[in-house]
Formats: sequence, C-alpha cells, structure tokens
Amino acid sequence: MSTPMPDAAMLPLHKELLDRFQRGFPLSSTPYLDIARELGVEEADVLDALRFLQEASVISRIGPVFNHKRAGSSTLAAMSVPEDELDYVAELVNAYKEVNHNYAREHHYNLWFVVTASDDLHLKRTLNEISDVAGYPILNLPMEKAYHIDLSFKLDWS
Amino acid sequence: MTNITTSSDELTPPQEIALKSLIEDGLPLVTHPYQQLAETIGSSESAVIQTIRSWLDDGLIKRWGIVVKHHSVGYTHNAMVVWDVPNHQVDEIGERIKASGLVSLCYRRPRRLPHWPYNLFCMIHGKNREAVMAQIERLINDIGLQHLSRDVLFSYKQYKQCGGHFLRRSVTPFSTSGHRTQHG
Repeated sequence: MSTPMPDAAMLPLHKELLDRFQRGFPLSSTPYLDIARELGVEEADVLDALRFLQEASVISRIGPVFNHKRAGSSTLAAMSVPEDELDYVAELVNAYKEVNHNYAREHHYNLWFVVTASDDLHLKRTLNEISDVAGYPILNLPMEKAYHIDLSFKLDWS
Repeated sequence: MTNITTSSDELTPPQEIALKSLIEDGLPLVTHPYQQLAETIGSSESAVIQTIRSWLDDGLIKRWGIVVKHHSVGYTHNAMVVWDVPNHQVDEIGERIKASGLVSLCYRRPRRLPHWPYNLFCMIHGKNREAVMAQIERLINDIGLQHLSRDVLFSYKQYKQCGGHFLRRSVTPFSTSGHRTQHG
C-alpha cells in the first residue's frame, strides 16, 4: 500500500489544480495553457505540476469518469478467502484488466472488487473465470440504483 | 429529404471506440493533447473535442478532469457501510443519505440470501478510522437509522484502484506517464 503523500509536499499550485479541475477540465485546443492563464502561471508550470502529481501517484490520470451503468456492464463482486491466501488471490484477481478496484475489507467476505466489461455476457464470463481461477464462489452485487455518486469531493487540506 | 452527407467532424464508430480506450489511459501531457489523440485515431482535433463534449452532455461521461487517488492525498480510510432496508423504504432512505452530504457513494444492490442480507450500500472516506466512525454515527443519528441492521466494512488493503476499462481490444497507450494500472 502506498504511503500517503504529506500535504506539506504539495505546492499551492498542486492544490489549486486538484481543487479546481476534477471536473470542467478545458475542452479546448490548448487546455494546459488555458489553465495556466487562469491561474496566472506558465503552461510549463501546469504540465510539470501534473507530471509531478502523476509520478507521486496523487492522481491517476486526466480524463473521464465514465457512467459505468451506461458505458458497459459492471458489478461489485465479493469473495470470502482465507486470510493467509488473501494476497495471492488478490493478485490473481488483479491480473484481469476488467477489474478496476480491489480492496481487502474487514468482514467474512474479505475481498471486494469492481468488474467492468463491454457487455453483460463478457461480464458474466469474466466473473466465472475469476471464480474458477481463484477457487472461491463470487457474490455478484450489481448496482440496481444509484442515489449518489461523487468522488470528486472537496479535499480537506487541513 | 434524407441528409446522407457526413460531416468530417464526426467520428466513425471504430474511431469512437479507439478514442474511448485512449482517454481511459489519460489525456497526454502535451501542448495540444486533443490534437495528439486526433492524429492517433486519424481524425480532426475538433471532432475529438466535440465527441468528448457530446459524451459529457448525454451522461456517458460523468465528469472530465483530474482523477485523484484519494489514498495518496491522505484519505487513507474508507468504510463501506451496508444496510438491510425494507424494500419499500430503500428509495426514501437512499435519497436522505445522499442529502446528508456525508457519503461519497450510495447505491441499491440486491440481497443474496442467506449469505448477504444487505441492499443499501454507501461509502465513507476519511483521513483516519475515528473520523470515518464519527461520520457513520452522525449519519445514523441525523437520519434515524438506528433500527436498521447494518455492517461496517473498513478496507485494510488496497490492491488496485484505476479507471474502468470497457474494451477487450488493446489500443497502444501513449500517455506520457506510461501508467496503465496502478497498484496502491
């Protein structure tokens, strides 16, 4: 697990970028230059800051957050795995490109991962394959309704 | 009269698929990033920008911007809180949880009896376990959820966190970082 980056290592420009451009990133010919002008810095400063944040694993990318329900087929899956096998099984699960989140959680069902595929059939096949490879049954918990989705929450820098 | 002319500013379906896959890997960190995407898929910059804008407008994309790994900015603790809510009350309670502003995600999912009795899921992020627990207590008290059976599943290891990939086909990534999947 990566160590969280101390807030002190972040420059005001880093924080400003994170506070202001988690949504509404410019769809213009020169987005980084436009951001630089808005923040009163040079384009190179913005590019350097974003590169730094990416290398420090603070950001995963600049891009879309897809509406998974619309963009394909996805589900939340859970498995109950003996604790001493958990790391091994988690790596097996991670090997699938269709898996985009994978966490150990404190519960009898201790491995939780999100599987996303192009369509329902591809999703079902992937779940079956993961279950076979891992050797444990999967609890398949697809989203039926979203009441609230917002991971672009305001970061608390205190 | 049928208009059969196609504008050069519209992507073909294969180009759309290629663009979708490219942007999942992230916008390149160059002066003209949309132009670079356009060259890769053989279209114009304006067509790329128009297409992304249309995906935003019709809700295929929820937001377009910097995707933060919350773990790295100190939001190291997250709990999935699950509830067993009578079916006829799920919508009402889901909406009230949303309105509380205390959770980042709130979903209805199916029960899987006898293994899994919970049908309402929410996610709470915080900088430490105590902060997350306090937030859960507040949620329970503010909305009056004391009577519902629940479980709190703190995460203790993050094996993978990255964007969703919808496509089996692999398009060569050219994001400057070279990251495709990142292990936390």
